[in-house]
Amino acid sequence: MAQASSRSVAVAIPSRRAFLQASVATTGALLLGFRLPLAGAVSPKGGDPFAPNAFIRIDRQGVVTLIMPQVEMGQGVYTAIAMILAEELDAQWEQVRLEAAPPSDKLYGNPTFGIQATGNSNSIRAFWMPLRKAGASTRAILVEAAARRWKVDAGTCRAENSEVIHAASGRKLAYAVLIDDASRIAPPKDPPLKAPADFKLIGKPLKRLDTPDKVNGKVIYGIDVMPPGVKFATLAACPVFGGKVGHVNDTKAKQVPGVHQVLVLDDFVAVVGDHMWAAKQGLAALDISWDEGPNAKVNSAAVWQQIRAASEKPGAVAKTAGDAAKALGEGDRLDAAYEMPFLAHATMEPMNCTAHVRADACEVWVGIQVLPRAQAIAAKVTGLPLEKVTVHNLLIGGGFGRRLEVDMVEKAVRIAKQVDGPVKVIWSREEDIQHDIYRPVYRDLLSASVANGRIAGWTHRITGSSIMARWFPAGFQKGIDIDAVDSGADMPYDIPNLRVEYTRDEPPAVPTGFWRGVGPNNNVFAIESFIDELAKKAGKDPVTFRRDMLGKSPRLRAAVDLAASKAGWGSTLPARRGRGIAAQTAFGSFIATVIEVEVDDHGEVSLKRIVSAVDTGIVVNPDTVMAQLQGGLIFGLTAALYGEITIDKGRVQQSNYRMLRIDQVPNIEVHLIKSGEAPGGIGETGTTAAPPALGNAIYAATGVRLRRLPVDRVALAVSKSA
Amino acid sequence: MITLNINGQSRNVDVPADMPLLWVLRDVLALTGTKFGCGIAQCGACTVHLDGAPVRSCLLPVGSIGERQVTTIEGIGSTAAGARVQKAWLDLEVVQCGYCQSGQIMSAAALLETMPSPDDADIDAAMAGNICRCGTYVRIRNAIKQAAKGG
Repeated sequence: MAQASSRSVAVAIPSRRAFLQASVATTGALLLGFRLPLAGAVSPKGGDPFAPNAFIRIDRQGVVTLIMPQVEMGQGVYTAIAMILAEELDAQWEQVRLEAAPPSDKLYGNPTFGIQATGNSNSIRAFWMPLRKAGASTRAILVEAAARRWKVDAGTCRAENSEVIHAASGRKLAYAVLIDDASRIAPPKDPPLKAPADFKLIGKPLKRLDTPDKVNGKVIYGIDVMPPGVKFATLAACPVFGGKVGHVNDTKAKQVPGVHQVLVLDDFVAVVGDHMWAAKQGLAALDISWDEGPNAKVNSAAVWQQIRAASEKPGAVAKTAGDAAKALGEGDRLDAAYEMPFLAHATMEPMNCTAHVRADACEVWVGIQVLPRAQAIAAKVTGLPLEKVTVHNLLIGGGFGRRLEVDMVEKAVRIAKQVDGPVKVIWSREEDIQHDIYRPVYRDLLSASVANGRIAGWTHRITGSSIMARWFPAGFQKGIDIDAVDSGADMPYDIPNLRVEYTRDEPPAVPTGFWRGVGPNNNVFAIESFIDELAKKAGKDPVTFRRDMLGKSPRLRAAVDLAASKAGWGSTLPARRGRGIAAQTAFGSFIATVIEVEVDDHGEVSLKRIVSAVDTGIVVNPDTVMAQLQGGLIFGLTAALYGEITIDKGRVQQSNYRMLRIDQVPNIEVHLIKSGEAPGGIGETGTTAAPPALGNAIYAATGVRLRRLPVDRVALAVSKSA
Repeated sequence: MITLNINGQSRNVDVPADMPLLWVLRDVLALTGTKFGCGIAQCGACTVHLDGAPVRSCLLPVGSIGERQVTTIEGIGSTAAGARVQKAWLDLEVVQCGYCQSGQIMSAAALLETMPSPDDADIDAAMAGNICRCGTYVRIRNAIKQAAKGG
């Protein structure tokens, strides 16, 4: 495989807030970081590179290597983060190279979470200031180094394109020749940052750095690694959640040409072969009986019965204002229950992990959103100390929250412990769907009263699994899961009397985890659908009703106005055709979306037009923001139209995943609103925006209000008996 | 021993005749640009060309290929249509995670070989067998039109 084991030198820095330390890497630790196979990447030759902080390295050829704390899964973060660093560093863009950071919560921990994780649409939000400071402080010491050589005041010099310039004398020095001097200067604590007006890179639609190898087949995802001597394995876990392996007859499997080993573990069986075909054939030839355990009778009806009962109980209060109970008694009252199904992630790259376990070390190759957790689980399974576990972080063929989990690493390392040499473990698509960690079911109880064309009182009780309680316990305090109430407790509308509650209910048997859009997915759908119902109750146009209550959120109101205007809101449409709007404040961005649909007599929904208006603060790379919106909307529409995982006999009933295809998707217009505010998050916003806009459009087209997802075509069909 | 012609080169592989081409490419020949997505010819990630026509390699027994020329993503850039498609993909920044894009590019290149100026309906018909989980469809449609104009 391409340079997967190439060693790169980085400086060892003892503290997380490492920006103030500068030293040439004479004591540099060797980090077994994966060097990205990006076009033109070169290794430093001779001498030590200059590494003023954990994020930047400059070598004697002037190559600036930026260490990426966040992982690339298609969201464009490699390029955007490089742009932020290069902007403040004044690095020449063509001289910039990328390198994936090794696992280290200390050095590369996400400032929001405190751990090295990529999720919650927060890479840019979390690293915006730290990386600007890292770039600016490095620039400051390079400028100072040049100024000292010229014996001039640093204030009379400036930096541009990896050079320090003294305009008065016309002198210039390249960063490459300043690194030794610069390493002896203490970087400033609070370096001056550029004014947005002076940005040269930020705000430009720069080409993504990871794409060239993605169109010619050269890119290496986790599933593509080929360490010398690698064998291939595939596995079958007990189809019932929590079940174990009973008995295995492997006589026929061992006769399959190319099969090396049949491994029977506690909860799954794996077959190791010369290639995936041998492993697959071997697995199919096994005769396995399962010990199904206590969950064998769990079904969807039981899941729903449980959550519906739980949702009737009072929850922990996440937000309260005024007197919601009293206000509900005054004015026109409406009550509704909204429900969301389990969802699979269905990343295009199925779950996989390659591992090589030796007596004294373990090597893991994987594309993962939580690198240190991959390292930790491999250490736990092997019993090796952390420093003996090397994790090669590869590009990710779709994350969407699935790769915030490390179960695929755990399984692969357990297999690798019994295999001589490296083994690549690939899950079949069926296994991937049936042993996902699912977006939980949710139930939202909403009540509101309308008086004088506005909402007077509002209560919202969110019931569902607490993912935080398992994944990040600090996010579950006093009965409140901060993710589950996200975009629910902090609604943008002016509502004087309000009460938002959360009731934790863990579904029987089914494991739950983060899914693109996380908590806001549920809340934005329930709230924006219900707001539409209330607009009807108030006898007002859905756009007018919303904007009249957005006095305290001018950024969202501007987005509503722009989306409505671009979508031709209010113009007449033919029968069975309708427009719906949804507005959201989520992930620090303000977005309004209008979807136009047509619903045929059989209840089939076709998408006619999609328009989104977005205020996400300062935009680092506008082309990436547009792409994320376009893709995120399709992701959300796929879920709303088709997404549902159902359970019977303790098993997932689906084995594949229906998705929107190109012939179902109209043009998607994204309009960016110029802003000088700090950047917001964007990767998940389209996904949360689409379902309510779709539901509201379906209502406009048919008069049928859908309070459950996915879309129920039977409910939308024109009755033949009428 | 089976002899295959892949990207203009003759390759001998010692594998069972019923082994799908996908795994021969990936696991035996280390041509990992062709992707495994579903294994049942529903997602298009494994698309390659046989004598210029798009096929799903995940269900194609390697013993059935015979003399026909196999072209993969690693070789498509040497065809005029393939090179135009790759360029348009970069110019319009189609790609997100990229995992499906080998298959998308192979389907798009095959379309342009048979239909130099496809309209939206032609593109939708030719590309509906290729799923993109990131949702890059709008840009795929635009990029194919740009590639049709000569890149």
